[in-house]
Amino acid sequence: MGRYLFRLPDVGEGVTEAEIVAWHVKAGDRVREDDNLADVMTDKATVEMTSPVDGTVIAVNGEVGAMAPVGSVLVELEVEGEGNAGEVAEKRVPEAEPAAEPPAPKPKPEVRRDEPIPDTSGSPPFAAPATRRRAYELGIPLQFVPGTGPGGRILPADLDAFIAAGGVARAPGGTGRRTGVTDKPIIGLRRKIAERMQEAKRRIPHISYVEEVDVTELEALRAAVNEGRREGQPKLTLLPFLIRALVRVLPEFPQVNALYDDEADVLHMHEGLHVGIATQTPGGLMVPVLRHAEALDAWGVAREITRLAQAARDGSATREELSGSTITITSLGPLGGIATTPVINRPEVAIIGPNRIVERPVVAGQFISVRKLMNISSSFDHRIVDGYDAALFIQALKRCLEHPALIFMGEGA
Amino acid sequence: MSKVLRPKLLVVGGGPGGYVAAIRAGQLGVETVLVEVGRLGGTCLTRGCIPSKALIHAAGLYEEMARASSEAGHLGIRLDAPPRIDVAATMAWKDGVIERLSGGVAGLLRRARVTVVQGWARFADAKTCTVETPEGPVKIEPEHVVLATGSVPVELPSLPFGGHVLSSTEALALTALPKSLAVVGAGYIGLELGIAFAKLGVRVALVEAAERILPQYDAALTRPVADWLHAHDVELHLNARAQGKAARGLAIETERTDRFTIPAEAMLVTVGRMPNTEGWGLETMGIEMDGRFIRVDERCATSTRNVWAIGDVTGEPMLAHRASAQGVVVAEIIAGQRRRFDPVAIPAICFTEPEIVSVGLARADERHAVGQVPFAANGRALSMDAGDTGGFVRTIAEKASGRIVGIQAVGRHISELAGEFAALVEMGATLEDVAGIIHAHPTLGEMVHESALKALGHAIHV
Repeated sequence: MGRYLFRLPDVGEGVTEAEIVAWHVKAGDRVREDDNLADVMTDKATVEMTSPVDGTVIAVNGEVGAMAPVGSVLVELEVEGEGNAGEVAEKRVPEAEPAAEPPAPKPKPEVRRDEPIPDTSGSPPFAAPATRRRAYELGIPLQFVPGTGPGGRILPADLDAFIAAGGVARAPGGTGRRTGVTDKPIIGLRRKIAERMQEAKRRIPHISYVEEVDVTELEALRAAVNEGRREGQPKLTLLPFLIRALVRVLPEFPQVNALYDDEADVLHMHEGLHVGIATQTPGGLMVPVLRHAEALDAWGVAREITRLAQAARDGSATREELSGSTITITSLGPLGGIATTPVINRPEVAIIGPNRIVERPVVAGQFISVRKLMNISSSFDHRIVDGYDAALFIQALKRCLEHPALIFMGEGA
Repeated sequence: MSKVLRPKLLVVGGGPGGYVAAIRAGQLGVETVLVEVGRLGGTCLTRGCIPSKALIHAAGLYEEMARASSEAGHLGIRLDAPPRIDVAATMAWKDGVIERLSGGVAGLLRRARVTVVQGWARFADAKTCTVETPEGPVKIEPEHVVLATGSVPVELPSLPFGGHVLSSTEALALTALPKSLAVVGAGYIGLELGIAFAKLGVRVALVEAAERILPQYDAALTRPVADWLHAHDVELHLNARAQGKAARGLAIETERTDRFTIPAEAMLVTVGRMPNTEGWGLETMGIEMDGRFIRVDERCATSTRNVWAIGDVTGEPMLAHRASAQGVVVAEIIAGQRRRFDPVAIPAICFTEPEIVSVGLARADERHAVGQVPFAANGRALSMDAGDTGGFVRTIAEKASGRIVGIQAVGRHISELAGEFAALVEMGATLEDVAGIIHAHPTLGEMVHESALKALGHAIHV
């Protein structure tokens, strides 16, 4: 029998540590080769750690939510034969360094805390007749009034407190004070989102700009194209047109399709358009990347968006598919609202958020006609993009979207 | 030309529901007319609760004297001759009690400026009522109507009332005692009256269709009463049905289809009461019914706007104090207040020998703590010769909260504790509350305290 130490492998370029997001084994478990030991999350992707050997788990190192340095021992296994523990002795010394880091605060499992209320479920609220009568007069259902008296009895003072807390107005609808507090550790994707959002807002002076776009013609075109689509072709949403419009417009605004390395004070202006598509997944926000949009037609863009969104949602998106964007689009679809103030996906310098399409009366000369209007919200890194340029860029985008033929014409139109 | 009254409120029925509603409405400045065909006070006061309690009290005294006149005496008291009873005089005394109370009600109504119309009300529609009075018809067109018409004894087709077949009403107005009495129905009315007559020396037989007496109470509560019946030679025929009058008594059929005759000079039929819904035009008012009863909501509102109903006509439990409480609720609603009838518990009492009181939940399960204390452990009970009837006080509380959800008791004189029982349940008292209340010594009330301690697991005296 020997010991085998499973170390966190180098899971990606530039990755020095990964967060343990789930354990699939515990001490004492038998594992076979290729069994999933743990899930770790790197910059954006979640990676399954599979066992390279058959054996029995002796120990797992690190709580869920902890950051594990690359090369640190994740799992200790007992295996037939020699194992690799011999090699360990020599490596002990360098390992001491990551171990010296302060351990990540131990996230507690999700727990519900409730202020102590005696369990009187199944029995009606109890209060003296005068209290009940007053509550009824005021239209307050007593089951929503927490009782602090002996055994949970609702005292006149409890009713006063409930009323003072605004209980009266909401009473007929049956809502009272809710006293539960649920503690949820912010780990995994949620922590990643939190960190990135915080970093973006902390470092980037955002400037937001909202413009109204008449998409009547674009919508007519879209309807016609969808009408005539062949089998196997995806239904086109507005997004492929917006991306194609970006392809058309961005060469004139190279500082918008760029990555700003603010530590090196260098702006990397990309010729290729790699569009981050903000996608809601069960775990939270993810941004899969549509690469080289300039090389795809609208159908290709639509197909790729569908594939990426699916991959992000079911967790199969690779690290490559989740990084490398040069500009991001965030669309809430039917929830799009009137305007948003999107947060830039650092180190990019711009983010575009189309809002909901609505039909509105529009004055055109002497007539009022019904037009389909959509707002475009956008945010720019004001260190790089001046307000004037931001406006010019959005106006150019608007021109393309309002006259969709322009999207498909060559440069110079 | 007949008189027309247009009050804000018309109350139909002057029993404990109707007269209380009328007085409360009057207090609140609601112009009110009350119609009653008989005497004020209704069934309860004139032919129910009060006269039966008077008779029971007289019968109890008579029995104690009879025991004193026996060879052994009673508590060392010896009477040389057995007591004699002049039932007519007893009834006259009882009538005096009724007179005083009924007169009191009339005075209270007057003071509340309620107009009382004597006569039988008949509705042409929900808001049009005509009362035939000795002075001619009075037409009443009120804004609101409170129906408090009460209930009447249920008649058995095989034993129509009349002659020797009595309802409780006639039994409470006898001027001579029968030698033997067959009581059909061993509910609380049949038992109260049957026991009273047995104490007065009448040979009593009880016939009950269910398998035990007072079937709505649990067996533990009714056992002391069954024991008393057994000890005093009261015949008890359970699982038996009255078939009708026989030559010299009552023909009954038992479960095993045995038929025989119980010798009886008189028969008292107490198989229940039914709502008084006929003969006054209820059918013209467009009111939704709930079986035989008038359907009401928690505000005592019927399906017809501004027509309200309270008391026995609205269903079980048919108890005077329920009707009165509903009467107050309705009067206050009519006066513009926001009210509903939402008691936690409606106490019920059987003035049997011994007495039974039940308030709130009576059947405990695993979520409840129960404390039971016998009369035999209470000094006051023993000193009143009430300790040996098998009586007890039982307190039921929720284990989780300690909240008292029910109190039952059986034993002599226990009816007077019904108020404490109801107060504890209605106020939402916990066992610890009761443990912290000093109960005066020596009283029967100490058993309530003790039963709470017992449920808490640290009784002192048991």
